[in-house]
Amino acid sequence: MTILAPPTIAHGAMPSSGGAVASDRPVAPGSPGPETGFGADVETGLTTGHRVAAKLEVSNLRVSYGPKLAVRDVTMRIEAHAVTAFIGPSGCGKSTILRCFNRMNELVPGARMEGSVWLDGEDIYAPDVQPVAVRTRIGVVFQRPNPFPMSIYENVAYGPRRHGVRERARLDETVERCLRRAALWDEVKDELRRKSGLALSGGQQQRLCIARTLATDPEVVLMDEPASSLDPISTLKIEELIHELRDTYTIVIVTHNMQQASRVSDRTAFFTMGDDRAGYLVEVGDTTQIFTNPRERLTEDYVSGRFG
Amino acid sequence: MRRVLLADRIATGVLWAIAVVVVLILLAIIGHFVIGAIAMLGPSFLLSEPSDSSVGGVGPVLFNSVYVLVLTLLLTVPLGTLGGIYLAEYAGSGPLTRIIRFCQELIGSVPSIVVGLFGLALFVNATHWGFTALAGALALSVFNLPLMARLAEQAFRAVPDDERSASLALGSSQWQTIRHVVLPLAIPGLVTAIILTAGRIFGEAAALLFTAGLSTPTGYDFANLNLGDPRSPWSPLHPATTLSVYIWKLNSEGLGSFVRQIADGSAAVLVVMVLVFNLGARGLGRLLQRRITGA
Amino acid sequence: MTDSAVPFRSTVLRRPLTRRERLDLPRRLTLVAAAMVIVLVGLLLAFISWNGVQLFSASHVSLGDVLSTRWQPDSSAGNTYGMLPFIAGTLAVTIVAALIATPLAVGLALFMAEIAPRWARSITQPAMEVFVGIPSVVYGWLGITILVPFLREHLSGVGFTLGFSWFAGSLVLALMILPTIATITHDAFRAVPAELRSGSLALGTTRWQTIRHILVPAAKNGIATAVVLGMMRAAGEALAVQMVIGNRPVMPTSLTQPLTTLTSQITLDMGNTVAGEPWNQALWTMGLILLLLSFGFVVLVRVLGRGKARA
Repeated sequence: MTILAPPTIAHGAMPSSGGAVASDRPVAPGSPGPETGFGADVETGLTTGHRVAAKLEVSNLRVSYGPKLAVRDVTMRIEAHAVTAFIGPSGCGKSTILRCFNRMNELVPGARMEGSVWLDGEDIYAPDVQPVAVRTRIGVVFQRPNPFPMSIYENVAYGPRRHGVRERARLDETVERCLRRAALWDEVKDELRRKSGLALSGGQQQRLCIARTLATDPEVVLMDEPASSLDPISTLKIEELIHELRDTYTIVIVTHNMQQASRVSDRTAFFTMGDDRAGYLVEVGDTTQIFTNPRERLTEDYVSGRFG
Repeated sequence: MRRVLLADRIATGVLWAIAVVVVLILLAIIGHFVIGAIAMLGPSFLLSEPSDSSVGGVGPVLFNSVYVLVLTLLLTVPLGTLGGIYLAEYAGSGPLTRIIRFCQELIGSVPSIVVGLFGLALFVNATHWGFTALAGALALSVFNLPLMARLAEQAFRAVPDDERSASLALGSSQWQTIRHVVLPLAIPGLVTAIILTAGRIFGEAAALLFTAGLSTPTGYDFANLNLGDPRSPWSPLHPATTLSVYIWKLNSEGLGSFVRQIADGSAAVLVVMVLVFNLGARGLGRLLQRRITGA
Repeated sequence: MTDSAVPFRSTVLRRPLTRRERLDLPRRLTLVAAAMVIVLVGLLLAFISWNGVQLFSASHVSLGDVLSTRWQPDSSAGNTYGMLPFIAGTLAVTIVAALIATPLAVGLALFMAEIAPRWARSITQPAMEVFVGIPSVVYGWLGITILVPFLREHLSGVGFTLGFSWFAGSLVLALMILPTIATITHDAFRAVPAELRSGSLALGTTRWQTIRHILVPAAKNGIATAVVLGMMRAAGEALAVQMVIGNRPVMPTSLTQPLTTLTSQITLDMGNTVAGEPWNQALWTMGLILLLLSFGFVVLVRVLGRGKARA
């Protein structure tokens, strides 16, 4: 069921999820200030009241691999400086949609995409857009950590180096900054150049990959089940990390773990698979609302564990 | 039931026997040459020149083998690696790619003697160079270039896609990804490929008979550094009888009373070199693999 | 991303490709390198064909003469260039070599794939690789210093008058192609899915029964390919065969008697002939025959592979 109704102004509760405090949201001139609250639209779950330019906007996204439809007609907004979680049973296209956000899906042979994706209002699939530029501004952390067989330093410095940064001081500063942000600095700061990225533990490798992604100064960080191959302690560390990163970046995280989604995200989108075996968006909204008071029956069934 | 179990036992025994026999044959071959001639393989044999009056040495011939090998590798390794990069990283499944692979198979099937004839026609007669090391190296390149490209392609394909994804996801271009991530990871495979092809080139004879020539090399003046002078052993234009060819020549001409020993010694050198190349390829490949991906 | 100095904080999404990106030098250069093999095939065909037809076009030797069994290029009574002895000889040594090598190679491959414990495999695997690497001249030298005298001295009663013989040629070739056939067959066995094996064993059959009734039939395409490839290698071998076969241009009638092949005759005669003379041209024609044979084999293997895949 696609969600296409235009946002209407309604009165409702202030969004009380762990999202950014209302006053941090960019406010369009002339609109009611944050004190008057935002309306939560019943149909779309989009915060309304004033037009906030979403970080990412998706419209009628449709993906097929060869003849097989994988994702059907997704339309949604990803808000800036917030963590949006994609939840749903496996196989319903969450990772596929994520890959469309940074133009990695087109690398899969046979993949076809219809619809549009906008970053800050710019269509990232426009003909003269360079995928390389898109991927610099939208980074991704994969499910299994994949550090390069290089030193820790070189792993983090890889992105900036490829973009032409050569000065040692700047690289040093970037590496330290990103490793600190990824909460890895203290553990590796004495072995930056000597130790290979592959010699770290699983949780450390994943944080290294996060640091590496941050080094290209992205605006959006996509995470595809970043903690699913890690132990519980590392998972918690990653979740804390996501919480801290929210202030600077926009984060989209795909997760199977509903508790994780409810802990970590401000907004949640629930996907499922239709009878045609194509994934579609069922409902999107503030995380608290999705988990305590979902609008759709399917959503309620999923979050209460009745299926999936 | 018992018959079936008996058949199983017999079959197992037969297969073990086959394996043992084959391995023993191999050990016998190696042993015959290596042990039989181990006394001979001293510096006097390896470095001195052929002579009729005594068990002449194989110095210049060994030099020629190495020279032709190096020349051939110089011609084929860079080009072959680039070709392998194209086939592994850029090529689609279109008609051009299919034609390239078909041609690789075709050349792989051509007997070396025919490659030698081709070399004779083009690099010896048409160019009026006569027999030269360069002609030999070019002839060897005819089959070594596609071989190197195929092995290089395998080495690149062995690099996991995860690494490519990670690099592309950071906003690198395809060539940057190849150069900084894929190539370093493919190096163990490339080194193995180079050593394996080197082993084959070192032992090759049929393609060199009519290209690098059959003359017995004597009077090599290593001080002559004029690369354009065919009399200088350093020049690509010098006729270069190699070790394998030398053995065949000794056999077909059979002159001199020490032919048997010289040929035995030469064959021993070849067998030892093959062992070195083979073990080297395995050992070095494994070492590099560990160093590049390990802690 | 180009190596330009665009600060990547403000990475512009929409921009035209730089000239460097449009040129995509890496892609073009590597394509040229890969496509050189096409040029090589063309050159090979051109040069060998041109020289190979000189016998007919320049010296006007008839096809009938070439397809006869009389090879006397240097006689006082009129030269004949019958090449049937060589073609027949090549086929003869190749087939017998395959007959000798295949059972041993398949047995070895079975051993390596199904029966060998790990320590045994760590011996047979490098053994195969070393076997393949031994240069053909070494096999030939072994043949002429050990095999031929042995045959002549101990088996002359059976008919080995000279030792140089069809059998000697085939035995040496068999030794050379054994590792080739074994390796490819071994891969074919390993490619058979484990479920087939476990399905059979779960029914209470022995390992040998599983091998005989399930594994070998499942791998028969691979085995056939291996044998064909081994035969191709045998047919193309020149020096090793030439050293032990006796080089007598007769049709293959007796395993114990000398014989000849296309490759060994070229090796033997090329140095003695003068370019432009029919004898020399005949050798080139033999080279052309070899080239067409090997190309034909490649096409055959491809067609077979495609047919079997569809079946």
